[in-house]
Amino acid sequence: MSTNSQNNPKGKIAEIMGFNLLRLVTLLTVLPILGLIVFIIIKGAPALSIEFLTTPPSNGMRDGGILPAIIGTLYLTLGTAIFSVPLGVAAGIYISEYAEDNRLTRLIRIAIINLAGIPSVVYGLFGLGLFVLFLKFGTSILSASLTLSIMTLPVIISTTEEALRSVPNSFRVVSTSLGASRWQTIWKIVLPQGLPGIITGIILGLERAAGETAPILFTGATFFLPQLPHSPLDATMALPYHIFVISTQIPGMPVKIQYGTVLVLLIFVLGMNLIATLIRSRARSKRQW
Amino acid sequence: MKKFSIQDLNVRYSDDNESLRKVSMEIDSNAITVLFGPAGGGKSTFLRVLNRLNDLADVKEMTGQVLFNGIDILDPKLDVIDLRRKIGMVFSRPVPLPLSIYENVAYGLMMAGERSKKKLDNAVESALRQAVLWDEVYDRLTSSAYAISGGQQQRICLARVLALEPEVIMLDEPTSALDPVSTSKIESLLTELKEKYTIILAPHNVQQAARMADYAAFFLMGELIEFSSGKDMFLKPIDKRTQDYITGRFG
Amino acid sequence: MRQEKRKSDIIISSVIKVCGYSSILFVGLILIFLLREGLPALKDVAFSTLFSVRWYPIEGYFGILPLILGTLLVTISATLIALPFGIGTALYMSEVAPRWIKEVLKPVVEILAGIPSVVLGFIGILVLVPFFRKFLDLPTGLTAFTGAILLGLISIPTIVSVAEDALNNVPPAYRQAGLALGATRWQTIWGVTLPAAKTGVLTAVMLGIGRSLGETMAVMMVTGNAPVLPTQIYALFRPVRTMTATIASEMGEVATGSQHYQVLFLIGILLFVFSLVINIVASAVSTRQRKRSERVLS
Repeated sequence: MSTNSQNNPKGKIAEIMGFNLLRLVTLLTVLPILGLIVFIIIKGAPALSIEFLTTPPSNGMRDGGILPAIIGTLYLTLGTAIFSVPLGVAAGIYISEYAEDNRLTRLIRIAIINLAGIPSVVYGLFGLGLFVLFLKFGTSILSASLTLSIMTLPVIISTTEEALRSVPNSFRVVSTSLGASRWQTIWKIVLPQGLPGIITGIILGLERAAGETAPILFTGATFFLPQLPHSPLDATMALPYHIFVISTQIPGMPVKIQYGTVLVLLIFVLGMNLIATLIRSRARSKRQW
Repeated sequence: MKKFSIQDLNVRYSDDNESLRKVSMEIDSNAITVLFGPAGGGKSTFLRVLNRLNDLADVKEMTGQVLFNGIDILDPKLDVIDLRRKIGMVFSRPVPLPLSIYENVAYGLMMAGERSKKKLDNAVESALRQAVLWDEVYDRLTSSAYAISGGQQQRICLARVLALEPEVIMLDEPTSALDPVSTSKIESLLTELKEKYTIILAPHNVQQAARMADYAAFFLMGELIEFSSGKDMFLKPIDKRTQDYITGRFG
Repeated sequence: MRQEKRKSDIIISSVIKVCGYSSILFVGLILIFLLREGLPALKDVAFSTLFSVRWYPIEGYFGILPLILGTLLVTISATLIALPFGIGTALYMSEVAPRWIKEVLKPVVEILAGIPSVVLGFIGILVLVPFFRKFLDLPTGLTAFTGAILLGLISIPTIVSVAEDALNNVPPAYRQAGLALGATRWQTIWGVTLPAAKTGVLTAVMLGIGRSLGETMAVMMVTGNAPVLPTQIYALFRPVRTMTATIASEMGEVATGSQHYQVLFLIGILLFVFSLVINIVASAVSTRQRKRSERVLS
């Protein structure tokens, strides 16, 4: 490096300028994100109170709390988990442990890539067509959860596959050589070792589902609900949709409530993100192999 | 008594590397049969045919006949899991499963459906004693199998094979990752174990081959060049290539 | 008992296999239901109406051209905005940053990926829109440009993570060769590393485009939703309406099975096809690249 700077002073100057340019660009990318979050925390924190979190909206949303929206988002996240986690993890296991390198597997991969790329509002259309209308589940928590599940599936499948692939192959060979069947090897050795990665992927997938609005617009979300939903066939309020409603549909909406609601969703979503990050780094430091 | 009888075994991987060509040999019980030769000669492939571990690899073609106790083990209908319990294998690097010492040794039996705590305890102790490891680990059976030395780990790997009370033990360069002390421990262990088991060993150098062999087979580029008693092989090899290899002219 | 265990093994394995195939089933189902609801539009609505420039469903004008061009305008601008930041950040993270800064940056980028688009839309309405109206002296701050900035922000994490992966996959030997020839690290980045990661970076850009194309809430909230055909360059600073926003804002109010309903599904089919093409091309490019580099390295 030192010879470079002696032989090539112009190049060295260009390098310093170039590196600083990259630093600047990165800073300009990162700072708005952090600024945004700090801004929302500062603006939203005054709205947070026990009452805000535990009462329904009143006075045409302009007063009261956001309890039904919080509960609704919890229901939708849980519902999404019920469908997408078993299916997604099993599919990830299939691709990592069972699938051979053939045309069918390539087709499955293309399908997963496409599922990941389909616009969320198109999932909403699909959910409307299949779950709401064709299967007659109506605009309901069930329809919305199923729609979000299929949208979340590719995230869970790919992270499961990646987590399982990182488990050394020698474990599989040894386990097999000791007379374990393929499933025993997966269940006793591969899955436990891949588990932190799988859980991380599940949380990241559910995080995305919890924050989505477009897929639930016509499948399960409702403008206002004076009481909590009673069954999976009821429609529900949800935090993201509620934010959309109070920031575009209601004139004279108090800003404080708006920021408060946004902060609650952000805490929910970024909290999941934080948990996922912690699980991943903890598992990495505990790994023996 | 013949444990294995192999006729015209051909194996080819799907990347078209021909890995074994027309190998025929017989393997005696209660003896150490040594497979030696330069790397890539087909020893590992040969071992992985005998317990059908090759099923996990990309094998394109496998022909010939391998009789184990008179039964053809290349038969696709064969119960491979049962076969693998009878033919144990130790690998070149110690690979403890990410479990406790106890669970590592009991693993095979547990997978075979053994649930009795007492039977498992007994099997673990007896296997660890046979592997001369009991005195070193009896007080920390529940700690991770990664918490002990490499030499001890390799003997755990041997013990977990012994716990299944197999008929055959195959070892693929079991001492290549070990220091000389651990190596000689494993070697003397093998000499004792041959009273009870059929042992097939791919040693990691010619000296070890010469020390251990009751029978020896020289593999070169997928072919079995020479097969004889250990004495004949290392004192008066017949084939020119065997002579060259043993005397260190290549390899 | 042993026999029983094998049987359960076979059952579990078959269940897993079926789950593995499920993705194909879902893509198929999505396609079938979009076609089922959307294809009748081609029969019921005249072609000349569909490809006209007027979208005014209440009076039966279903011209989707303004929507397509609106999506195009916003997506392209967003990509142009996101590109320097995304690629620059990826270059900084993989080539310049010390390890600890990298460990800090990664979660920050992940946080950005995790912020729901409705939250960005909200901030857009409350902060960006009034700012642009005043600063650029526009009649309204609800413009294609406002949407493009938000979309750029949304597609940056995709671009950064895919491009960074591509850069990290360039073998260290390439860089060492560049440095050994007397090039500075900066010259090596431009002359060796970036060209070697070219296809991966291209994939990153394409996936970023896909991300912008499909984004709904943020665009819907800040672009003003006027279905005007953007023809002039200043259209960037006027309200515009995208395909996704049209579906999201109108589907709630149409009668099931009506022409309007069918056309909205038809727009959904178009979006599905666009994302399909982008993703298939992107993945084809990246697998070809991987195969080639594997051959080189083995």
